[in-house]
Amino acid sequence: MIPRNFIYFSPSSEKEALELLNEYKSDARILAGGMSLIPLMKMRLVSPSYLIDINKVESLSYIKEEKNRLRIGALTRYYEIEKSSTLKKLLPIMNEAATWVGDPQVRNMGTIGGSLSHADPSGDFGSVILALNGQIITSSLNGQRTIKADDFFVDSFTTALNANEMLKEIVIDLPEGMNGGAYVKLERKAGDFAIVAVAAQLSIDSKGNCNYAGIGLTSVGPTNLKAKKAESFLLGKQLNERTIDETAEIAASEARPIDDPLRGSAEYKRAMVKVLTKRALNLALKRARGV
Amino acid sequence: MEKNTPIKPVETQQKQLYHIKVNINGVDYEHDVEARLLLVHYIRDVVGLTGTHIGCDTSNCGACTVIFNGKSVKSCTMFAVQANGAKILTIEGLSKNGELHPIQRAFWENHALQCGYCTPGFIMQAYWLLKENPNPKEEEIRKGISGNLCRCTGYQNIVKAIMQAAKELRSK
Amino acid sequence: MAVTAIFGARVKRKEDPRLITGKGTYVADITPLGCLYVAFLRSPHAHARIKSINASKALSMKGVIAVYVGQDIKGKLNPVPTGWPIATDPPIKIPKYYPLPLDKVRFQGEPVAAVVAENYYIARDALDAIEVEYEPLPTVVNQEEAVKESAPLLYDDIPNNTSFVWELKGGDVDSAFKEADLIIEKRMVNHRLQPTPMESRAVVAQYNSATNELTMWITTQAPHIHRLLISGILNMPENKIRVIAPDVGGGFGSKIPTYGVDALVAFIAKELKRPVKFVEDRRENYLATAHGRDHIQYVQLAAKKDGRILGLKVTSYANLGAYLSTAAPGVPTYLFGLMLSGAYKIKAVNCKVYGVLTNTAPVDAYRGAGRPEATYLVERMVDILAQRLKMDPAELRKINFIKHDEFPYVVCTGIQYDSGNYERTLEKALQLVEYKKMRGEQAKARAEGKLIGIGISSYVEICGLGPSRAVRGTGFSLGLYESATVRVHPSGKVTVYTGTSPHGQGEETAFAQIVAEEFGISIDDVEVVHGDTAMIPWGMGTYGSRTVPVGGGAIAIAAKKIIEKAKKIAANMLEVKEEDLAFEKGRFYVKGAPSRGVSFQEVALASYQGEQLPAGMEPGLEATTFYDPENFTFPFGTHVCVVEIDKDTGQINILKYVAVDDCGRQINPMIVEGQVHGGIAQGLAQAIWEEAVYDNSGNLITATLQDYAMPTAMEIPSFITDSTVTPSPHNPLGVKGVGETGTIASTPALVNAVVDALSHMGIDHIDIPLKPERIWKLLKNR
Repeated sequence: MIPRNFIYFSPSSEKEALELLNEYKSDARILAGGMSLIPLMKMRLVSPSYLIDINKVESLSYIKEEKNRLRIGALTRYYEIEKSSTLKKLLPIMNEAATWVGDPQVRNMGTIGGSLSHADPSGDFGSVILALNGQIITSSLNGQRTIKADDFFVDSFTTALNANEMLKEIVIDLPEGMNGGAYVKLERKAGDFAIVAVAAQLSIDSKGNCNYAGIGLTSVGPTNLKAKKAESFLLGKQLNERTIDETAEIAASEARPIDDPLRGSAEYKRAMVKVLTKRALNLALKRARGV
Repeated sequence: MEKNTPIKPVETQQKQLYHIKVNINGVDYEHDVEARLLLVHYIRDVVGLTGTHIGCDTSNCGACTVIFNGKSVKSCTMFAVQANGAKILTIEGLSKNGELHPIQRAFWENHALQCGYCTPGFIMQAYWLLKENPNPKEEEIRKGISGNLCRCTGYQNIVKAIMQAAKELRSK
Repeated sequence: MAVTAIFGARVKRKEDPRLITGKGTYVADITPLGCLYVAFLRSPHAHARIKSINASKALSMKGVIAVYVGQDIKGKLNPVPTGWPIATDPPIKIPKYYPLPLDKVRFQGEPVAAVVAENYYIARDALDAIEVEYEPLPTVVNQEEAVKESAPLLYDDIPNNTSFVWELKGGDVDSAFKEADLIIEKRMVNHRLQPTPMESRAVVAQYNSATNELTMWITTQAPHIHRLLISGILNMPENKIRVIAPDVGGGFGSKIPTYGVDALVAFIAKELKRPVKFVEDRRENYLATAHGRDHIQYVQLAAKKDGRILGLKVTSYANLGAYLSTAAPGVPTYLFGLMLSGAYKIKAVNCKVYGVLTNTAPVDAYRGAGRPEATYLVERMVDILAQRLKMDPAELRKINFIKHDEFPYVVCTGIQYDSGNYERTLEKALQLVEYKKMRGEQAKARAEGKLIGIGISSYVEICGLGPSRAVRGTGFSLGLYESATVRVHPSGKVTVYTGTSPHGQGEETAFAQIVAEEFGISIDDVEVVHGDTAMIPWGMGTYGSRTVPVGGGAIAIAAKKIIEKAKKIAANMLEVKEEDLAFEKGRFYVKGAPSRGVSFQEVALASYQGEQLPAGMEPGLEATTFYDPENFTFPFGTHVCVVEIDKDTGQINILKYVAVDDCGRQINPMIVEGQVHGGIAQGLAQAIWEEAVYDNSGNLITATLQDYAMPTAMEIPSFITDSTVTPSPHNPLGVKGVGETGTIASTPALVNAVVDALSHMGIDHIDIPLKPERIWKLLKNR
């Protein structure tokens, strides 16, 4: 498996990268970790004429706590997310989800910005960012834009990025009060794309009522899906077996799976959304309560 | 259909080459390479270190694992141009002064290889794993090598070997 | 340095130092100067007529040397022969399998053109520049569909796509079924697998036009067979071809067959007079290298109420793919049918096998080859019978076992099992798994709504292939003896040349152990050479767990011949009678006067010096043997697996896995365990994860390791292994072979455990692979 040839650039700054992107637009692709892009190029399913390698742009790699927000640079590798003590303290769902991405070597290279831009509906972090109501900051020579995660994923392998734009960072409002999250994944074998995976993030008030519910679904639609009806159903409610069960049922109804001859029928996937949503919510609740 | 055209028009588009400097196993190399040359082909066919293998071409099997600036990576899913300025360690660079590295020795002593094809990848991944986590539990080793496939051993002796190597490296 | 009791010791492998340092040499590592590269354009269609191929654009590309298509080799290359044309009535129909098809493609990935270029990147680019006009034809991928009158035909002269119908009649099956209290019927699918050695196939060919000599490095399990078949395809004298199997990265059967593309690469090297190299990528390996298994079986079992099994009727539809690969006809017939009475005293077995051609990759041997397909069926049926009769499956097995004092035992299929003690391995396995306690835990778990299952599989395997008379009787084109040359050098160091071709099994070590033990010398003084037709007289290769029983047997015999000669020399040197000499720890000495003696090394030197030899004896100290075993060997054992099923998802969690195997005497228990581990992993992989999937149009949708679900260290559990030793009475070493036992035993052990977990719901069978969805669907409907 050999890719077609291309012209290679290795810019040393974000600005330089954006200038190149502005010049070559859709003839160019950004190379970050390359864990999705390079296999596609090797199979000649994608053959960019220009490759803009941003791996030397170190300013794009960071995990920063900032007031009530968290900023993650696009070039942050999954292994850094997996190991980040900042995240462990503030958003441990991120560390947990990172351990489910690909395999160790893939996580050593693969970046959060790269996989979100790739917009594979079976990607893990799309669901996490949706569950956390994250925002995507893009940059181009025209300046920056802020896009809600929910608006970022347009279709399979299609994002709201313009041809001259790249994903710069992910911004997440930090949860308040008692909160917890979980990423639960059902896969054929380690490192495979999910049959189904569910990201759930909860906050509860002192009375035990839900004051934040975020649910993201993996591999059950044209994009990672935000289970909005399920989220709003749960909001303000006591979290108990019945409400969690109903929430999971609603999430399953929001899924839009199609038959996959290797990873499961639509029927099975939908049923698994319910199972995994329940499991993820229960885990998140347990963690929120600190038990 | 053998070609019989001794004289051909000169091609108008010059193939673009990139000058890279790479340090592999402590030795500096400089080459002009095509942008698309895969790192694993660079290591094997240009530098001539054939201990790094290719098993799947799709970044699933880990046979091509090398240490790239301190991190284990799958060299079939990188371009050689990305390695410009990098330090790379391959299986050939692991033993020092004719002494096997403790991981290599543990693989030998625990029968952690049969056909040996996946072995360099496993050893390099174990090398990284034990640097990151010198005292891994069995489950952590299994997860740590889940990006490497072995068809011969059923993994049991590989896990055992990495356990032994961890112990030995800790006592050093 | 221990020089005795090497046989049976856990000796570290001699092959490892090079493999753990990156100094192994695999075919892909070999690049002769001036080497050209071949890339194949492969058909995207599973069945199509080739209307035209236009390679002119490719040929005009810089660095492209040549392009070959089917018409270029017409009349120059012969079709790839089938090595095992089984005898059937009417005779087997063998389609012509050209290295490049002349008119039609018959499976997705079949090569249609070969590009030769200065490097692999250019060759790959040139593939995109070749224009092929196809006329797609209707496709059939399933064997039961393919035999129907309405099915599209792959070959005009092979009606119903049926290459052969093979029948085996052992015992009086009608009376067995008449006698029965109950008859159980089942349809079972033993699905198709992709063998997946971590090293895909590769070939390098180098031709010397002055000497007309061709050297080929091939990823092969059988270099001499490849040389013979390639000489036939190329019309080139066999003695002008040298085939070398350097380090080979696993094979599991898929590197036994001779592939047309290998001969084609040699042909190109001859035509262009330059070295030529071809290395498959994984996708090509999955599309075009032989697959394994793929049976649809209809089974009837007749039994008495007390649990005695009387008879078995099996009709199997074996999917052979689009062409008959080298061993393809023999695998689903003889290697399957002969094993159908398993470890049991069954009066009668009838078996009918339809060998069916379909628009899929050719199917050939895959680890176990026919025997896993038989054992799975038998062990599943035994469990279903136990369930029907509400008997403990362990007890039911004991009732039907051939007892240890009944060996040698001729089973109804006509073969003679050499030795065994099936009760003992079963008992040992049950102890190790704490069977009674596990049953108690199972009952408790069930009461709590949990699904726990215990699965037993007691297998016997036919291996050590095999006695030439027997295998020739099956239509196999050659005998299955093995050759060995043991050469003692003047210094007393030894080189062993074996006709087997190990590729991971560790015989460089095990064979050295045999010889070191015989000669009483250090294992470090023995080198084992294999895999080179220029160095080894003849060899049948490594497969079918034959390497140690047959190849090792040959070495043991050759070593004994050397001892005989050495003893004569020693007697002459010491001026005593031969019968007055003893040989121990590498030294010949006079009985009763142990200080008077000569070492093995001294005798070796004397044998080359000549003057101390008995009158009339030739100098030198070496022996060559062709060992043709008198019977097959029959390893056996019992595996027990305990699983828990996640009710919500259908996922299987393996809680415990116990394997007790008996492969006769063990040369190196460490290597034996390794073989068992790997075998179990592969059998479990078939049971749960791995499946080659074609869609109805013949597209292989598991064509990468992203999609073909080969398990990792996260899925495969640790195994508890143990063994018993029941030597083979007829083998020179008492060994039986262990390469395939794990694969044969583990698939039914796992499936029996899963079905056991669900048996109280009235479930008695689930087809493999046991994907969570399959189990979930069953649970949902209950």
